[in-house]
Amino acid sequence: MEKWADNKAWFLVLPVFVVVAFSAIIPLMTVVNYSIQDIFGPGNAVFVGTEWFKQMLTDTRLHDALGRQFIFSGLVLLIEIPLGILIALAMPKKGWGASASLVTLAIPLLIPWNVIGTIWIIFTRPDIGLFGVGINSLNLLDVPFDHTARPSYAWATLMAMEVWHWTPLVALLCYAGLRAIPEAYFQAAKIDGASSWAVFHYIQLPKMRGVLTIAILLRWMDSFLIYAEPFALTGGGPGNSTTFLSIYLVKLATGQFDLGPAAAFSLIYFLIVLLFCFIFYQALLNVGKGEKTS
Amino acid sequence: MKIQKRTFALLFYFVVLIVPIYWMLNMSLRSNADIMSSFSLYPSNITFENYIKVFTDPTWYSGYINAMIYVSLNTVMSLAFALPAAYAFSRFKFLGDGQMFFWLLTNRMAPPAVFLLPYFQLYSTVNLIDTHIAVALAHCLFNVPLAVWILEGFMSGIPKEIDETAFIDGYSFPRFFFTLFIPLIRAGVGVTAFFCFMFSWVELLFARTLTVTEAKPIVATMTRTISATGLDWGLLAANGILTIVPGALVIWFVRNHLAKGFALGRV
Repeated sequence: MEKWADNKAWFLVLPVFVVVAFSAIIPLMTVVNYSIQDIFGPGNAVFVGTEWFKQMLTDTRLHDALGRQFIFSGLVLLIEIPLGILIALAMPKKGWGASASLVTLAIPLLIPWNVIGTIWIIFTRPDIGLFGVGINSLNLLDVPFDHTARPSYAWATLMAMEVWHWTPLVALLCYAGLRAIPEAYFQAAKIDGASSWAVFHYIQLPKMRGVLTIAILLRWMDSFLIYAEPFALTGGGPGNSTTFLSIYLVKLATGQFDLGPAAAFSLIYFLIVLLFCFIFYQALLNVGKGEKTS
Repeated sequence: MKIQKRTFALLFYFVVLIVPIYWMLNMSLRSNADIMSSFSLYPSNITFENYIKVFTDPTWYSGYINAMIYVSLNTVMSLAFALPAAYAFSRFKFLGDGQMFFWLLTNRMAPPAVFLLPYFQLYSTVNLIDTHIAVALAHCLFNVPLAVWILEGFMSGIPKEIDETAFIDGYSFPRFFFTLFIPLIRAGVGVTAFFCFMFSWVELLFARTLTVTEAKPIVATMTRTISATGLDWGLLAANGILTIVPGALVIWFVRNHLAKGFALGRV
């Protein structure tokens, strides 16, 4: 669609610009301001240049948190994307079954994030939780299951919670992508006697490319920003084993009131996210182009 | 046979999806003493005392009212700001449009933790701490870009000839926009409202930081109870169940548009 060229369109965008600028630019400038000063109190600050940045870039706890973050986000993608595709393929295409599946899938998405944590605490606790009591009664583990006891248990619980919470989003996106494929494709495949794997490989998967790109990037970004669920479930522990970037940042900023380092950390964090965001945007634009030419 | 295996696997998945929620429901219908003393797969002595407590104690039920107020405010604000902007992005080429769109998108992806401290200071400076409008405004950070993004997709699906015809027929822009154009994309407006509601309802970090008592939402009340007093699991579970109710209602109303909204892939 050819667009009209008219700079007066800015008047329509202006309200959005003002409200988002109030929420984004002013706070970001405050962070920049903190990151280059040492603040002792109101009106008592010293310019320190790049000291906080140097400190944060060599901070081993930050490196550890970043490493954990990459492992976590990588695992999230490895599990949720294939599982989401399988669920979408298995879902009924029409009738009450389709509506019921959609509503069931959407429920975890509308539960407040820290309540998700509460649900999983109640579900996995070794004294009152169905899962905790169940797995301990089987006597399979050398140390009784308790998500606060061992890093491996905390990670397992956290991954189970994350997969439980967000796989429905991937499944819903894939389902929407599948529903957009014209029925004629499947009829043609049937006439050719194509196997269900061939149908998946040559029809369904290519047609899901767009929604899959979005699903992968959304899950990557959002798992990168995760805060409330691990905060409610493990509080970053045991030790620092589930301290991801956001949790570490909030600890630094509101727990220890290290404003300078926290601000420098914020900016580094933001730049990493911005880089991903740029890749995301480019990928989105190219997805659109690919569909138009094919 | 194959179809049946597939359906069976799907049903198994849905059971896994529901069981943790069922377990919380189970807890919410038992007294705390009962929960701690005996393990049971279903509530044998059903009691509603946890729910009664939530509905009669203002420190609990005000949390739901506060959350509903700022979530509704945010949904209305996001839509009001985003509708004209989405129209501009879908219809016009203007100076810096691509950059502006990208910039909006970056705010959807911005880590909320980064904005935590500046927000507290900013809203303290303008005397908005502990008001519903503060949380609603803060949630605009990610909901307005999202709304622009979703609405732009729906608007681009409407041919531009409709606008041209309307203007030739002598419609003024506001009259065209409100009486012709918005009704055409009402499904899109519904889907957008759904997502704004959803993301504002589930958010914790800003809601907790910007409120003290007057506008404190239920999600914040729940975290403070975990840290402060000893744990009353039954009461916590009852609150958890009640936070699911508004979401479940909203899903029920938009269930027919849900797949279509996701189809645009603009979540």
